[in-house]
Amino acid sequence: ANAARAFASGKQFEATLFPGDGIGPEIAEAAKQIFIAAKIPVVWDEQRIGKTPDPRTNSMVTRENLDSVLKHKIGLKGPMATPIGKGFRSLNLTLRKELDLYANVRPCFNIPGYKTRYDGINLVTVRENTEGEYSGLEHEVVPGVVESLKVITRKASSRIAEFAFAYARENQRQKVTAVHKANIMKKADGLFLECCREVATKYPDIKYDEFIVDNACMQLVSNPTKFDVLVMPNLYGDIISDLCAGLVGGLGLTPSMNIGLNGLALAEAVHGTAPDIAGKNMANPTALLLSSCMMLRHIGHKTEADNIQKAVISVIAEGKYRTADLGGSSTTSDFTKAIIDKLD
Amino acid sequence: MNAPITWERFDYLSGSEDGHEPRNSVPKEILDSIRRNGVCLKGTLFTPLNRDNTDTQSLNVQLRKDLDLHVNVVHGITIPGVPVRHKGLDIVVIRENTEGEYSGLEHEVVEGVVESLKVITYEKSLRTAQYAFEFAFLNHRKKVSAIHKANIMKMGDGLFLQACREVARKFPKIQYDEIIVDNTCMQLVGKPSQFDVMVTPNLYGNLVGNIVAGLCGGFGVVPGGNIGDGVAVFEQGARHVAKDLAGRGVANPTATLLCTAMLMRHIKLAGFADRLENAVLKVYSDAESSGDRSSLTPDVGGTGTLYRMTQQIVRNLDA
Ligand SMILES: Nc1ncnc2c1ncn2[C@@H]1O[C@H](COP(=O)(O)OP(=O)(O)OP(=O)(O)O)[C@@H](O)[C@H]1O
Ligand SMILES: Nc1ncnc2c1ncn2[C@@H]1O[C@H](COP(=O)(O)OP(=O)(O)OP(=O)(O)O)[C@@H](O)[C@H]1O
Ligand SMILES: [Mg+2]
Ligand SMILES: [Mg+2]
Repeated sequence: ANAARAFASGKQFEATLFPGDGIGPEIAEAAKQIFIAAKIPVVWDEQRIGKTPDPRTNSMVTRENLDSVLKHKIGLKGPMATPIGKGFRSLNLTLRKELDLYANVRPCFNIPGYKTRYDGINLVTVRENTEGEYSGLEHEVVPGVVESLKVITRKASSRIAEFAFAYARENQRQKVTAVHKANIMKKADGLFLECCREVATKYPDIKYDEFIVDNACMQLVSNPTKFDVLVMPNLYGDIISDLCAGLVGGLGLTPSMNIGLNGLALAEAVHGTAPDIAGKNMANPTALLLSSCMMLRHIGHKTEADNIQKAVISVIAEGKYRTADLGGSSTTSDFTKAIIDKLD
Repeated sequence: MNAPITWERFDYLSGSEDGHEPRNSVPKEILDSIRRNGVCLKGTLFTPLNRDNTDTQSLNVQLRKDLDLHVNVVHGITIPGVPVRHKGLDIVVIRENTEGEYSGLEHEVVEGVVESLKVITYEKSLRTAQYAFEFAFLNHRKKVSAIHKANIMKMGDGLFLQACREVARKFPKIQYDEIIVDNTCMQLVGKPSQFDVMVTPNLYGNLVGNIVAGLCGGFGVVPGGNIGDGVAVFEQGARHVAKDLAGRGVANPTATLLCTAMLMRHIKLAGFADRLENAVLKVYSDAESSGDRSSLTPDVGGTGTLYRMTQQIVRNLDA
C-alpha cells in the first residue's frame, strides 16, 4: 500500500537498505517513515548482513547483499557492528572492494540552533577510498623494523579528482582544494597533485587551489569558512573528514555517501552502533536522514531531498524536539513525527 | 636583556636558493655549528614542490635527520589575550621526528603507480615514547595518549603502540591511553581539554600538532623544539613559511620568542627564560585589559606590526 501510494508522485525506484546493528534499525525506521510521508516512490530492498561468514565473499556480507546494491545501484546503510574474528574481511572493506566504492563524500555544515564553536561552515570533503595508506601492504624487514606501503596511482587519483570537480559543478560549489603532503612525499603526493591539476584545467568555472595537509588542519580549526570542496588521498581524507564533522557537532549529525563504479552510490551514517542506547528509542537519526537526502539528490530527486533536509534542520533549529545527544529529551519517534509535520 | 648568548648566525640557508634549484643538503658548517653549540634557533625553510625534483628531500627534514633530532615537541597553551575558541588549553604533542612517512623512500613502480614507504622502527618509537613519559613525569603531567592508526597499519603503527605500552609500564603513576588518529582530530576540535601529553608517529604528530597550534592561535604563537642527543633545535610549533606574510612586517614574533625561552631553559638560563616569557605574555594581557590591541599583530586580532610588538616586548623587559 505504501509503495502504491508513493507511486502516484513519480517514477518508482528500488533501493537497498541496510538497517544495520545497534541503533541502526530504529534510525532506519525513522528514515522509512519520513520517506513515506514525503511521498518518495521508493521500494526498499531490505538487506541483513549474515551472522556467519559467507564463503562466496569471505565476509559477513553475503553475495545477496552485494547483488542487491549492484542491481539497484543506490542504497542506504545504517551503522554496523564490526565482528571481531580472524580469517574473513571486515564489512566495510568488503563493501568498498566489491562495490568499488572509490569516493567518500561528506558535506559539513552548521545546523542552525545547534551551536558549536564554529560558525559559517559549509564545506564538502571528498576522500579517495581505495588506495594510499590503506593498501594493507606491510612487512617486518628485520625484527623491530616495519615498512608499510602507501600506493598512489594515476588512475585512482584522476578518478577522485574528476569526481570532486564534477561534484563541485553539479552542486554549485565555487572551489576545489587539493590537500597533500607533496613537500615530503614528493613522488606519491606529487602524482596526486599532478592529476588534480590536470583535471582542474578541464573545469575553468571552478577555482582550484592546494594546501599542505598540516596547514589545512591548522586553517580548518582557525578559519574553516575559507574551504569549499576538499579533495584528498585516503588517510588525509579519513582524518580531515572526521575533523570537519567535529567542527559541526560530530558524526551523529554529518551525512556521508560512498560512490562506486558506474554511478553506484551507498549513503551511510558513519557514526557507531551506540550499543548503550540501542532499543531505547533515544537515538538521533539525523546523520542517516541527511545521508538519505544525499542519496535522493544523487538519483535526481533534488526537490524531495531539499524538503526532507529542510524539515530535519528546522526541527533541530526550533529546539522543541531534540534527542538526548543534542541536549533534548525527545524520543526517536517523537523527533521523527516532528520532522514529518514539517514536510511540505 | 643581556642574556649571555652569542648567536652564530646563518642567514643564507634557504630551501629554494632564490627560487631556483633546490639545495640538496644542509651545509656542513651549519651542522658543525649546531653540534658545537648544542642549541639552535631556526626558522622554517621553503620546500619547492615540483615533480622534476623529487629526489631531493626537504631541507628541514634533512637537518632533522643529519642531527638525529628524534623528537619534536609542540607546546600548545592558550595565551590569555589571544582570541581562541577554547580557553585554558595546555597540550603537549611529542612526535617522532625522523622516520615514518618522512623516510624519503619512494619510487615509481610503473608509469602512474607510485609506492611510498613508511618506516616504523621499534628503536625510534621507544625513544619517542621514553621522551614523552619522561617529559610527562618531570612536568607533573597526568596522562599520555598514544595516537595511531593501528587498525589499518597493523604492523607499522602496531609496533609504535608496542613501544608506548612498554614504556607506559615503567611509569605506573602516569595514565596511559590510545586513540585512533581520526577520532583524535574530531575530539580535538570538540573537547580538546581532555588531552594532556600526546605521543605520535611522525605524520600524525604533524597533523595533530598543527590542530593544537590552530586551537591555540596559530603558527605565530605556538613554540616547539626538536630534541636529539646533546643537541636541540627550536622552531615554531607549526612549521610554516608563510610566504604571504613575508616582508610585510606583520609576522607575529611570539612563537619564535617563546622558542627562544625554551632554548634558554634548555641551557639552564631559566631566569632569562621566565623574564622573556613574561615580557611577551604581558603584551597580550595588557592589550586584553586595556582593549588597545595596537601592539599586537593582525593574526591575533591586533592592528599593530612586528616592529611595534617587538618594541613593546623590549619595553616590558626593561621595566
Ligand atoms: N545516532 C546517535 N544518536 C544518539 N547518540 C549516539 C548516536 N551515535 C552515537 N551516539 C552516542 O555516541 C557514543 C559513541 O557511540 P558509537 O556507537 O559511535 O561508539 P561505540 O559505542 O564504540 O559503538 P561501535 O562499537 O559501533 O563503534 C555512544 O555513547 C552513543 O550513545
Ligand atoms: N612550497 C611550500 N608551499 C607552502 N608551504 C610550504 C612550502 N614548503 C614548506 N612549506 C611549509 O613549511 C612546512 C615545513 O616544510 P617541510 O616540507 O620542509 O617540512 P615538514 O616535514 O613538512 O615539516 P612538518 O612536518 O613540521 O610540517 C610545511 O609543512 C609547510 O607548511
Ligand atoms: Mg575514518
Ligand atoms: Mg573515522
